[in-house]
Amino acid sequence: MLLHNRSMLPGVVLTIVFAGAAIVSLVWVPYDITILNIADRMKTPSLIHPFGTDQFGRDILSMIMVGARTSIAVALVAVGIGMLAGVPLGLAAAARRGSLPDEIIMRTNDLVFAFPSLLIAVMITAVFGASALNAIIAIGIFNIPVFARLTRGAALTLWSREYIMAARVAGKGAARISVEHILPNVTNLLIVQGTIQFSLGILAEAGLSYVGLGAQPPTASWGRMLADSQTMISLAPHLALFPGLAILLTVLGLNLLGDGLRDLLDPKLRRART
Amino acid sequence: MLQYFLKRLLSLGLSLVAASIVIFLALEVVPGDPAAYMLGINAQEDTLNALREQLGLNGTILQRYLSWAGGLLVGDFGTSYTYRIPVAELIGERLWVSLPLALYALTLSTMIAFPAGIWAASRRGSYVDTGVMGVTQLGVAIPNFWFAMLMVLVFAINLRWFSAGGFPGWDEGVLAGLKALTLPAVALALPQASILTRVMRSSLLDTLGEDFIRSARAKGLTRGQAMWRHALRNALIPVLTIMGLQFSFLLAGAIIIENVFYLPGLGRLVFQAISSRDLIVVESVVMLLVFAVILVNFSVDLAYALVDPRLRGRR
Repeated sequence: MLLHNRSMLPGVVLTIVFAGAAIVSLVWVPYDITILNIADRMKTPSLIHPFGTDQFGRDILSMIMVGARTSIAVALVAVGIGMLAGVPLGLAAAARRGSLPDEIIMRTNDLVFAFPSLLIAVMITAVFGASALNAIIAIGIFNIPVFARLTRGAALTLWSREYIMAARVAGKGAARISVEHILPNVTNLLIVQGTIQFSLGILAEAGLSYVGLGAQPPTASWGRMLADSQTMISLAPHLALFPGLAILLTVLGLNLLGDGLRDLLDPKLRRART
Repeated sequence: MLQYFLKRLLSLGLSLVAASIVIFLALEVVPGDPAAYMLGINAQEDTLNALREQLGLNGTILQRYLSWAGGLLVGDFGTSYTYRIPVAELIGERLWVSLPLALYALTLSTMIAFPAGIWAASRRGSYVDTGVMGVTQLGVAIPNFWFAMLMVLVFAINLRWFSAGGFPGWDEGVLAGLKALTLPAVALALPQASILTRVMRSSLLDTLGEDFIRSARAKGLTRGQAMWRHALRNALIPVLTIMGLQFSFLLAGAIIIENVFYLPGLGRLVFQAISSRDLIVVESVVMLLVFAVILVNFSVDLAYALVDPRLRGRR
């Protein structure tokens, strides 16, 4: 199945490589990134330092491995926030279609949509200061309406199906039907959207850290590495090259994985394509 | 049509009021006294009180909100704590960089995406299609600020075709201004163009499979004629939706890209304001950007109604 799908295989491989790097970095990195080694600063890639060293002599490969941890953790928790809050809201809105709660949920969603996650981060930072946690909250808040809308839309079509009618006739309440019958049937959709939001979260985290609204030193972050490399880009382009490639390949891998999962989990679409 | 317009207008007004309340509450409950910040630690209590009075910080939350929101309606955003000049003036200057940048990027993105999407759709399954889709896959995944840095390295530092950053001002001529905005606009446009190309392609493919296209072909139209006369117009609805959504990403993205190129736009302003805790500036810039997003979405809704008369009756 994996091999029959053009985008699935590279997607899985790239995702495993970066998730693996993040996990391995918990127990082992080639060099300790908290130790500065000025004598070895800005070394170009070599066998000893495959990605070279930065302006403080730290190994860039090790920093990318630790940075993967920050990116993945921020994006994962932000998607978690979006799903945990958005899915129940979407289910509730669909169960009471057209009612006041539905209207309130959907209009609040529209309102949140008017605040791109960068603006939410700007506001949070202005009030509480910059940190990785604030980046998580900002990206997470923006994810809530994404999942709420998706869940509501998918649940609405399910509510008109016969088997839902049968469940109602059997005496099940709206909440129980939502959990027992609607939720399992929208899970595939949520997994696919979750993968996409995860990759967007990684891009957003990198952007926020780049402008100083996300992870703060000494937390290693791909966005911060790029920000630090900017003034030295003409002297040592490799400082900017590798963290950027890490972001690009991770996001590419997740997007391909999302495409592949959609084809795999949505047989209708697969038939339409072939 | 008029009823549809009025309904959308009412919803626009409500969204703006709700957004202004959210922004005001988020930034007004901040701990810390702007007056104390401006006057320093040695300020006397009566001086502080006088300044608070002058800045309108002494009233209740409701009074302060009404005075702020009332000011916004007549273009009075208050006075910046650090620059000591009206915020409207500050924003006005910066808007002349940020707005042209976002529009430039939107134009580039549309000019790339429309032909690329139509081209890929009209040669579905060919190498052209695979190539275009592959490039867009990369375009979606690339962080635009990193792409901007690479462009600076190639086109500014190595080839010296463009400057690496800064903005000469429109007084130096439109061409000089546009030249300074070209690399930032390309960086901003790339991911959006990639998304738009994919939407254009898939929407066009959906439409080309519809019965009315088959009818059009049956009455003797060539594939190209059916595409230009019938499919394209119908395929535009999802494309317009995405373009509306993209404008907000372009404005927000401009905040980051302005930092790569040291452009004196709203993005730079907002970061300077955050570091100097000039909250009234942060508040006003955020409100302005949110206002722009809501207004663009409103215009997209109206554009729908023009493109597809069936939508006027709904909602």
